[in-house]
Amino acid sequence: MRVRAQIGMVLNLDKCIGCHTCSVTCKNVWTSRDGVEYAWFNNVETKPGTGYPTDWENQDRWNGGWVRTKSGKLQPRQGSKWRILANIFANPDLPEIDDYYEPFDFDYDHLKSAPEMEHFPTARPRSKITGERMEKIEKGPNWEEILGGEFSKRSEDYNFEGIQKAIYGEYENTFMMYLPRLCEHCLNPACAASCPSGAIYKREEDGIVLIDQEKCRGWRMCVSGCPYKKVYYNWSTGKSEKCTLCYPRIESGNPTVCSETCVGRIRYLGVMLYDADKIEEAANAAEKTDLYDAQLGVFLDPNDPVVIETARADGIPEDWIKAAQESPIWKMAMEWKIAFPLHPEYRTLPMVWYIPPLSPIQNAAEAGSIGSDGAMPDVRSLRIPVRYLANMLTAGDEAPVVNALERMLAMRAYMRAKTIDGVHDEAVAARVGLSGRVIEEMYRIMALADYEDRFVIPTTHREQVEEAYDLKGGCGFTDGNGCSTGISKGSLFGGAKKPLKMPVEG
Amino acid sequence: MHNFLFGIFPYIALGVGIMGTIARYERDPFTWKTSSSQLLRRRQLVIGSILFHVGVLVIFVGHLVGLLTPIWIFDAIGISHGAKQLLAVIAGGIAGVLALIGGAMLMHRRLTDPRIRQTSSVWDIAILAMLLAQLLLGLGTIFASIQHLDGEEMVKFMSWAQGIFTFEAGAAAYIEGVAPVFKLHLFLGLLIILVFPFTRLVHVVSGFATPFRYLLARPGYQIVRSRRRAPLKRRNVEPAE
Repeated sequence: MRVRAQIGMVLNLDKCIGCHTCSVTCKNVWTSRDGVEYAWFNNVETKPGTGYPTDWENQDRWNGGWVRTKSGKLQPRQGSKWRILANIFANPDLPEIDDYYEPFDFDYDHLKSAPEMEHFPTARPRSKITGERMEKIEKGPNWEEILGGEFSKRSEDYNFEGIQKAIYGEYENTFMMYLPRLCEHCLNPACAASCPSGAIYKREEDGIVLIDQEKCRGWRMCVSGCPYKKVYYNWSTGKSEKCTLCYPRIESGNPTVCSETCVGRIRYLGVMLYDADKIEEAANAAEKTDLYDAQLGVFLDPNDPVVIETARADGIPEDWIKAAQESPIWKMAMEWKIAFPLHPEYRTLPMVWYIPPLSPIQNAAEAGSIGSDGAMPDVRSLRIPVRYLANMLTAGDEAPVVNALERMLAMRAYMRAKTIDGVHDEAVAARVGLSGRVIEEMYRIMALADYEDRFVIPTTHREQVEEAYDLKGGCGFTDGNGCSTGISKGSLFGGAKKPLKMPVEG
Repeated sequence: MHNFLFGIFPYIALGVGIMGTIARYERDPFTWKTSSSQLLRRRQLVIGSILFHVGVLVIFVGHLVGLLTPIWIFDAIGISHGAKQLLAVIAGGIAGVLALIGGAMLMHRRLTDPRIRQTSSVWDIAILAMLLAQLLLGLGTIFASIQHLDGEEMVKFMSWAQGIFTFEAGAAAYIEGVAPVFKLHLFLGLLIILVFPFTRLVHVVSGFATPFRYLLARPGYQIVRSRRRAPLKRRNVEPAE
């Protein structure tokens, strides 16, 4: 047993309203620069849909993630090390920027600088790459917002596998949900494994996966290696970039920008202890439906005295152990089993988990005769097919998803009985294998979701790894070499950037 | 002038090339990259890049082995000078044509595709033009080569190259009387070495280092970085599972 700590995230999709505040605040902080205009470290997709970049979930097309070979070996799906090196001159699995979208801006200036004309001036789009006029915008980062576009396109969604999907194109049967996505900071990251330069690494102390910008050489194997397509190639700097889990904030005990600004309070951050020795075995589970359980088996109970003792010996600080004991991630993933990893079948052991959304009862007209199982409706009569959620969260295994949805329905029924009728309905709780006390805690954390309950983030112990005195007067982050005044002038060695001059309308 | 160009300039070129490369790696690692534009346009890149790189690599290895292996080794294993020249002409010729086709595709894409054109630096275009010119000159030397098939002309270049690397004072004299196309090819080659550290060509070094780093120096697939200054003490007792 080798104990490591990881900052994990859970997103409660039941409460996501698709407002994109997370995406916008993230973009303002991290990707409002040349070369990554098209990149969204955090984006929100409307499902069902093909997502961003288009069809990202289809690994038959993109070859992301890992594969278990016939001989039972675990290797990146795009190929073993030899195969990756052989593709170094041109990566056959790399998306083109049009698979994301061509970044654009509008001629806003024209609105105020246009001469007097017969018609009202308009702000037309220009490409942020070439500066050329774009007559038609073909795609954007959220092209399928609220089921935009025809069903035939959206239904190419990979999560429809094994579902008779035609009926969901009908207006009466349509359903939708939001899926906010960011880097999964996987326990078994395929991006890091694919990097020939060794520039991508996982941090031992908090599990954050980062790209060393000085070691990245732009071979771009990480972009194709990541099955979530959450590594982006910056076409201006020639380096790959990805979500950093806002590590400067995490280190000081603050939630990520996306979590902090989430108006629906759907995001949770906390510590998970895991056994680093079990990762490979878990990622290499024989059946893809075993992967969810296998990943649960990697996590260590922070209240187990043996785990605590080993964690101390492995250098986990005391407050991190305490944080792991209070971790909302542990409660939701392990105790209540209501949160699930996104596409465990990619075998990366992702660490951003999702609580599946409840949805309205399938047919309101049948409200009198719905499969009402006692006090609670049958989760299979919910509008979003359970199979669809299972394809997304448990590699198609419906039982855990059904169990989670039932627990969430039970929570509603129990709390309704408590607040309206003043009854403690232990029977409802018992039916889903919980007690009233547990359900009230679920309610406190999931429904009330106070700041302190959502974010249990211990600070980094930099005093253990750095001489603070030597850091005094040091530099912050720069895109260049050493201290910066904020202006990167470049050097003989080609650091100079040629900024794109957007033509101005006369 | 001849002595400067082929006796002294090689040292300037190698000196700037090597020291500049070290300085860039050390001082400005953020700028060290392939500058790939595959993301912006896949069309023409996949075939062009593979042809160009494979061709250039074959040529590079050919030049390295062909020029720097002492001639007595070829004599010892019984490869005649004429046969070596013929091998060089045929293998180099095929690889050169492949690289030229690939390079021309890359150049066409770089100049005509608005996305690539707009995001190209001056050096991106200049170095590709230099390499294309060098390929043309190199292929041009074939016509001069096949005038005399005894291989002795080639031995002159070997003596010169080895003379340069062994700091032989009069190395330039070996190639005094060779055809002008050879001299142009040599000069442009030296110029490319000179500008190497200031262009995207530095990625070649990483390209060669990558198989060693990825295959040999890295045992598994994953990399975990620790910021601990001292390694963890080994646990005395493995707790019971």
